[in-house]
Amino acid sequence: METRELICIGCPMGCPLKVEINNGEVASVTGNTCKRGDDYARKEVTNPTRIVTSSVIVEGGSLAAVSVKTKQDIPKGKIFDIMKALKGVKVQAPVHIGDVIVSNVADTGVDIIATKNVL
Amino acid sequence: MYDVIIIGAGVSGAASARELSKYKLNICVVEKEEDVCCGTSKANSAIAHAGFDAESGSLMAKLNVEGNQMMEKLSKELDFPFKQNGSLVVCLHEEEMPDLQKLYERGIENGVKDLRIINRKELVELEPNISDEAVAALYAPTGGIVCPFGMNIAFAENAAHNGVEFKFDTEVTGFEKKEDTWLVKTSQGDFETKYVVNAAGVYADKFHNMVSEKKLHITPRRGDYCLLDRSTEGFVTHTIFQLPSKYGKGVLVTPTVHGNTLVGPTAIDIEDKEGTNTTQAGIDELISKAGSTVKGLPIRQVITSFAGLRAHEDGHEFYIGEVEGAKGFIDCAGIESPGLTSAPAIGKMVAEIVSGLAGAEENPDFIGTRKGILDPKTLSNEERAALIKENPAYGNIICRCEMITEGEIIDAINRPLGAKSLDGVKRRTRVGMGRCQAGFCSPRTIEILARERGVDPAEITKSGGNSKIIVGINKDRI
Amino acid sequence: MLRQVYDIVIVGGGPAGLAAAVSAKRNGIESILVLERDKELGGILNQCIHNGFGLHTFKEELTGPEYAGRFIEQLEEEKIAYKLNTMVMDISDDKVVTAMNREDGMFEIQAKAVILAMGCRERSRGALNIPGYRPAGIYSAGTAQRLVNMEGYMPGREVVILGSGDIGLIMARRMTLEGAKVKVVAELLPYSGGLKRNIVQCLDDFGIPLKLSHTVVDIDGKERVEGITIAQVDENRRPIPGTEEHYTCDTLLLSCGLIPENEISSSLGVEMSPVTSGPLVNECLETNVEGVFACGNVLHVHDLVDFVSEEAGAAGKHAAEYVKNGAKHPSSDAKDIPITATQGARYTVPKTINPDRMDEKHIVRFRVGDVYKNCYVSVYLNDERVIHRKRPVMAPGEMEEVVLKKEELSAFPDLSQITVKIEEA
Repeated sequence: METRELICIGCPMGCPLKVEINNGEVASVTGNTCKRGDDYARKEVTNPTRIVTSSVIVEGGSLAAVSVKTKQDIPKGKIFDIMKALKGVKVQAPVHIGDVIVSNVADTGVDIIATKNVL
Repeated sequence: MYDVIIIGAGVSGAASARELSKYKLNICVVEKEEDVCCGTSKANSAIAHAGFDAESGSLMAKLNVEGNQMMEKLSKELDFPFKQNGSLVVCLHEEEMPDLQKLYERGIENGVKDLRIINRKELVELEPNISDEAVAALYAPTGGIVCPFGMNIAFAENAAHNGVEFKFDTEVTGFEKKEDTWLVKTSQGDFETKYVVNAAGVYADKFHNMVSEKKLHITPRRGDYCLLDRSTEGFVTHTIFQLPSKYGKGVLVTPTVHGNTLVGPTAIDIEDKEGTNTTQAGIDELISKAGSTVKGLPIRQVITSFAGLRAHEDGHEFYIGEVEGAKGFIDCAGIESPGLTSAPAIGKMVAEIVSGLAGAEENPDFIGTRKGILDPKTLSNEERAALIKENPAYGNIICRCEMITEGEIIDAINRPLGAKSLDGVKRRTRVGMGRCQAGFCSPRTIEILARERGVDPAEITKSGGNSKIIVGINKDRI
Repeated sequence: MLRQVYDIVIVGGGPAGLAAAVSAKRNGIESILVLERDKELGGILNQCIHNGFGLHTFKEELTGPEYAGRFIEQLEEEKIAYKLNTMVMDISDDKVVTAMNREDGMFEIQAKAVILAMGCRERSRGALNIPGYRPAGIYSAGTAQRLVNMEGYMPGREVVILGSGDIGLIMARRMTLEGAKVKVVAELLPYSGGLKRNIVQCLDDFGIPLKLSHTVVDIDGKERVEGITIAQVDENRRPIPGTEEHYTCDTLLLSCGLIPENEISSSLGVEMSPVTSGPLVNECLETNVEGVFACGNVLHVHDLVDFVSEEAGAAGKHAAEYVKNGAKHPSSDAKDIPITATQGARYTVPKTINPDRMDEKHIVRFRVGDVYKNCYVSVYLNDERVIHRKRPVMAPGEMEEVVLKKEELSAFPDLSQITVKIEEA
């Protein structure tokens, strides 16, 4: 039996959560005040994911850089692999919101897309 | 071979250079920092003292009164901000009235004009926010406020215009006496000169002591200040001192020429000649003292605090003259308050000494006037519209707090002895000197500096040396 | 000098200005001009490249530039005029706006209504009275954010952050992702003003310690920052001697609060709240200067841009109604009722409400001055309590709201005072 402690991010309460894990399965969540805490804890200990945002150099445009993000959540453990994959990436203007900048970034199956128009 | 090398591009060195450029002399100013006005001259009370403070008969008293009298005309010739706002020394206790009287008498003896003691009623009329404790004040209408950067830069630019050479990032390391000349050793090589002017501020003792057995000892006396936002303009209109007494020396509260309110300084003797760090104790002391002469000081409107070092010589006097036993080596040392006020007179005195020793002829090509950076705020809307039409950069506001345009910044960079760093631009234009303290404008100023100087933005510093703003590009270390 | 005429001039093209413009247009005003000082619309959102915006407005999580992009699109669709790189220099009380840019030079616009949407600035090191040297390497979090996110430059390698507001937390993550080492985040208060989610995802995810009740007591380094000393503070927020800890670093980021930028408003004669540093407004979000409205962070600092858009939409609508009514307000038999914030509630927006002119329901927003657990938000009409709503937790970092009903206010006899307060269980 493994125990993990988390702080719930559902609201400003920030309930201190205790999650008991048995063979990779969540056995119990305690410390939460509402259902959101339970949901969050289960997801966070079994499959924590994040959106990664950054910016990359854009050439020939009105701005020096264009902001980007992973189109979907990616596994938390992949954050730095994605940043490494973005190192040195340069794109040519024009770039539009939603344009794919890097496809299947760091083998996550997720694309990096532009979040800003740079003309 | 130079005729004169001046060590230090602070206000004394720059004023001396400007006065000496009235003669046919080959002059060079060497400065260890990247710009003029980087030491004591940049961090002080920005006051043109009337001259009642210094001991009667001292050189300090003489040059103070002379400098004060020269200031107005000079500010017009050299186009720097100066205002004769008058100063008040406030007496807070009836029993100290004799001390106020003594100060008055000293002022008269020093030759301060229009000096008088005013009663509480008149004082309140002059300054409605004066402390309820105030009983009377010494009123000196000749007291003034000046932009210290503006004055220092004006002297230097005018000197450069008249042929004086400036070498920055050049630190003097020693001297070698030749037969009739001096070899000045610096971080950028050795330079030979007939005369040396030692205007090195807190370092003047170090250089003096290299050539003289009769030692000087300068203590860096730190003064902490708080600068309040321009929204406090009008809180006081005169420079308000507290009458020094057994209750302490107090701190001054004064408007600046740009409409801020300045509070300070403390007086803390330190060892480190670069020790311009403020301390919590210093700031706390300021805030507690500032309230004694005025009521309701809006101290929460502080936008920055800073510290400056006065070059306090043990004898508390200006040492200006050829050093005994060091022919051709002229000290301009111990220049602490009222050094800024005295600067015009100090420059004149140094020039008289050096030109006399050198038997120099007057320079017939000397041009005594200089135009500062155009401030579009001084123009009418119509004139301003015309200016923007002619040069659109004057229509582009970069510093939103002080409303400074790209045109002014470009002028500051490209004029003689132009700004190379963010602080250089700031001292010349006030970019970043406002309430956001460069939060918004610094990335844009960096961009303009890099473009105008033709360098990479990563090369731009805050104040020269290793004071880089940008240290790399994203992800360069991952 | 060139003088143009517009019905509504909006000062600022950030989230507030954009939403106000779109709303004014949709409420029937054709002649609208947005003046933006930056080179693009969108304001500070352009540098907020993280996600988490728009859940209320668009029911999806967007990044800052995407959120701004949605509103810029609406502005373009509505064919609303705007000028970039344009600084408003002055607004007179008869609503002549003096502005300046490179192309037009100095110009004036006669407006019937003005909407103030200039946003806010960050509290600087100087305003915080942090002692020490003044080397390079001290940035407000927003300045660093602009350098990193919009220009691609690293402002430092080893970072200490003072202040745990959301921008500070977000920048801790951004600097870390871009390759810097964030050593610690110090927070003066015993609690963070940032969202829990940001503490977890920006600090905990990367093992960055958060030290509550700590502040910076010294800055080392004469040219570039070389180290920062932090110390614990007592209940009066004064450093406790002996608790100093030194961090070697080259950068100090400050995220210590935002201040509405109301210099133009003040010179126009707009009355300010000493609590918010923003204008005092009525239920139309109109200042004491008739026909001058305010919304967004210039009015009071928000934590969610969605609420800025909503508030700005209301300002746009009210400005439109004012213009359509011939640049005056409909006459009202009722008087403006002041709303007092007390006992834990620090302020309210609006400050007054007119039961005649108000919508059927009006959201009053406010902030609390401390952390409250299991307390009640109460609203009194004169001495009668009409709202008593339990809140499990309230914190200064999160804006609160109560809804007032026209029906209730209109029906209340001799209503002279509305009070919002926090009450214990």
